Amino acid sequence: MPAKKKKGIQTVVFENPPVLTSWASIVGPKEGEGPWGGDFDWILEDYMFGEDTWEKAENKMLRETVKLALSKNNLEPDDAEILLAGDLLNQVISSNFAARELGMPFLGLYGACSTVAEALLTGAMLIDGGFCERIVAATCSHHHTAERQFRFPTEQGTQPTPSTQWTVTGAGAIVLEFLGVGPRITSATIGRVIDMKQNDMTDMGSAMAPAAADTIKAHFHDLDIPSDYYDLVVTGDLAKVGMAILERLLVREGLTPKPNYSDCGVLIFDESQGVNSGGSGCGCAACMLCGPLLKKMVKGEINKLLLVATGALMSPTASYQGETIPGIAHAVAIENY
Amino acid sequence: MGMPNPDKLKKVEAEEYDTLVQQLKPKPAIFKNCVWAFTVGGLICVIAQLITNYLLVSGMSGTDASAFTSVIMIFLAAFFTGIGIYDELGKRAGAGSIVPITGFANAIVASAMEFKREGYIFGVGARIFTVAGPTLVFGFAVSVLIGLIKVFITS
Amino acid sequence: MVPLYMAFLVGGALCLIGQIIMDVTKPTITPGHILVGYISCGAILSGLGLYQPLVNIGGAGATIPLSGFGHLLAQGTIKAVEQKGLLGALSGGVEAAAAGITAAIVFGYVAAVLFDPKG
Repeated sequence: MPAKKKKGIQTVVFENPPVLTSWASIVGPKEGEGPWGGDFDWILEDYMFGEDTWEKAENKMLRETVKLALSKNNLEPDDAEILLAGDLLNQVISSNFAARELGMPFLGLYGACSTVAEALLTGAMLIDGGFCERIVAATCSHHHTAERQFRFPTEQGTQPTPSTQWTVTGAGAIVLEFLGVGPRITSATIGRVIDMKQNDMTDMGSAMAPAAADTIKAHFHDLDIPSDYYDLVVTGDLAKVGMAILERLLVREGLTPKPNYSDCGVLIFDESQGVNSGGSGCGCAACMLCGPLLKKMVKGEINKLLLVATGALMSPTASYQGETIPGIAHAVAIENY
Repeated sequence: MGMPNPDKLKKVEAEEYDTLVQQLKPKPAIFKNCVWAFTVGGLICVIAQLITNYLLVSGMSGTDASAFTSVIMIFLAAFFTGIGIYDELGKRAGAGSIVPITGFANAIVASAMEFKREGYIFGVGARIFTVAGPTLVFGFAVSVLIGLIKVFITS
Repeated sequence: MVPLYMAFLVGGALCLIGQIIMDVTKPTITPGHILVGYISCGAILSGLGLYQPLVNIGGAGATIPLSGFGHLLAQGTIKAVEQKGLLGALSGGVEAAAAGITAAIVFGYVAAVLFDPKG
């Protein structure tokens, strides 16, 4: 019988929900000074991480996070069957080069800042599909590598707008297994690319909010669950501007976002840290998940979590050619069993 | 279904969405930004004027003093970009630190520094013109056009 | 000599215009657009004879903003055309602006050698 684990149009429900057996997070100095500094495994002292370029530092962050997550289960990179990873840089170099050094079978992903959810849901399908027993899902971003690739040279005197977001320096890795103890991935919704014709390169929140709304709506619709089913619905990096828009869009769809809705981009920094709208980047949702959010799940403060990681599929080349900024969002339901 | 034209419907949807975005998106603090831009831009010009005045008093011709002042201002901008201060100023001053020739120098120096790690030829050498290139292209193009008009009028 | 307060007012006002353009238009306007706009407008105004009066009033307040660099290019071209004709249209601008352009490139190179970007 074809596709018996699919429900509705875009959602998969896992028969044997894969287990998040261990995870790790590494963040940059600024994220360490934020409100959740104590919940990350490792806070870097500087942006170079002992390397001679920022790109190499980002690669090392990803590599070390994967090793750290595995070592918590007394595992080595060789013990996992597949590494699913992606990042923001052209040709996903941070992930490719981290995989080169880790020597693991590797599938490179690109979902911009939605990568953590893309990796988790792909991994969960591989495991529940019976193709492997243990995978690692990982992603990372680095403030300076993203700045120089997507915006301006870091020493150029430019003025941020109130909707500008600060790319998080951070990496998160999750070991996902068929057997084990921990929270489980029960279902996932694969997002559509939604483009509402936004073209402001300093405002990713507005470009991504419609995709988040589309995926959340699809998730609740496909599973036919009440809108207060989850203890927390958390989006990836809409930040203040995008979060305000998403709340309006959800109300329009008849879903009540408050009080159990939040956004990693809003949570990760304090207002006083000069980040304008909030945080962004692959590392934003990944670190918040692999730091404070999963910690709260282990403590039982959150039992049902819906992570909706959002990505702005922006390309400077396409933007110069007059293209608008499409958005995508994938939802992963993580529940304590 | 009774939908008239899906493309048209999408366009209307996007326009409606843009209205919502414009409502909720915070506007830049224009007044504060303008005060900063005016003050910083004005002060940079005052420093330049002080240098020009000094050069004039020491007996330099008007044209030379003006050119020399530009060179000194460019040097100062390069120095403050190098030690990582100019970009911090730019976050607050906006156009106040972009419009003066120091902003032009900052764009050149920042691009050169940023791509040092990609090597001195295709990193620094090529990328140094990322912002300076367009500026010079249009500056030269307009000045040649003015020259041609001048030739046409005088002949 | 131009009084300092005039340099402040004229220079400040020119930057103020740039700030308003950046804040009011869509944020697709980058520093690059501002610089291109200023150098072009400065050269055009100068060609029409409208920029020199501003320099007379504001001194460095008018020459230091990048529109002043455009003025320098335009006046250099006009003078060269008067002396050499058609060839001057091609050589005059760069000759007048040579010191500034070379300084920016050389200092940029030296800064890249000496300093690392701190971010």
